[in-house]
Amino acid sequence: MGEVIVITSGKGGVGKTTTSANIGVGLAMRGKKVSLIDADIGLRNLDVVMGLENRIVYDLVDVIDGHCRLKQALIRDKRYQDLFLLPAAQTRDKNAVSPEQMKKLTDSMKEEFDFVLVDCPAGIEQGFKNAIAGADRAIVVTTPEVSAVRDADRIIGLLEAAELRNVKLVLNRIRADMVKRGDMMNLEDVTEILAIDVLGVVPDDEAVVVATNKGEPAVTNMSSRAGQAFRNITERILGNEVPLMDYLQEQGVMSKIKKFFGVG
Amino acid sequence: MFQLFTNKKKKSKDTAKSRLKLVLTQDRLNCSPEMLEMMKTDILKVIANYMDFDENEMDIQIAQSFAGEDGKPVLVANIPVKALRKVSPKR
Repeated sequence: MGEVIVITSGKGGVGKTTTSANIGVGLAMRGKKVSLIDADIGLRNLDVVMGLENRIVYDLVDVIDGHCRLKQALIRDKRYQDLFLLPAAQTRDKNAVSPEQMKKLTDSMKEEFDFVLVDCPAGIEQGFKNAIAGADRAIVVTTPEVSAVRDADRIIGLLEAAELRNVKLVLNRIRADMVKRGDMMNLEDVTEILAIDVLGVVPDDEAVVVATNKGEPAVTNMSSRAGQAFRNITERILGNEVPLMDYLQEQGVMSKIKKFFGVG
Repeated sequence: MFQLFTNKKKKSKDTAKSRLKLVLTQDRLNCSPEMLEMMKTDILKVIANYMDFDENEMDIQIAQSFAGEDGKPVLVANIPVKALRKVSPKR
């Protein structure tokens, strides 16, 4: 029996989809059978981040409405045999699905998969309620900004009210230079405010933008700091203890050497 | 005054943190401005039985507790007293 994990945030643009894709690929790299569900009906994006946008035939709403079988809608990943994506419908809205239908779907999927990851839409309305309906645990993604942290707090409250007990935080896009200057809240500041367990901290990394451009999540990039952070997060999801990354270390060794020689 | 001197040195992340703490205290309580206003009126009605106070100088708000750092919300009332009323204690 697998587990359903919802990736949520409240605020848009903090990296839910990127986090979902990276954790999905990360778990697949560790040999797990994984399915990603894009629950952002009407604004699908997980397909492009995964580089699978050309393969969509059926979608989540087709499965729920019984227009096709689950197996027909699931898209197999290009690199990992045991990684699948159930894309969102693009031409429907969030009310096309009910929380009961979502729960039924994820309940049946976790019979077959080790992990079912649900990429939640922004907001706290219907789409959010659908996405969390069948979840066993939740990952709240935030960035170290007032608006994102405020929304994360609201989401944590709503997850508590929905009796989701296993809720953990991913602090995304943290910038070492700004933290050192005192112009960005650090991990301790954010956890002091949110009072929640930390699943991981992901440094701001250009490699993530490049990875998204190519449709190949950064977690596969062995020289990317964000990729390393997502690999660490994956390990922690699997129950392995990995020390938190030193996000204040600004660059890799190579760029430091380059800087030393004045070519950086 | 005190803030004038500290503000220059204050890091923007500390400003972010204190603003967040205050806004979250209010968010979490889910206390509407109307309710706070009703409570204020009721509190002042009771106090008016015992003392004269300066209505322009007073301040009642929900803030975050400082002591103990438990972050629990506290009701802070600052009501400058002009004079006590002569009230004969009931028995």
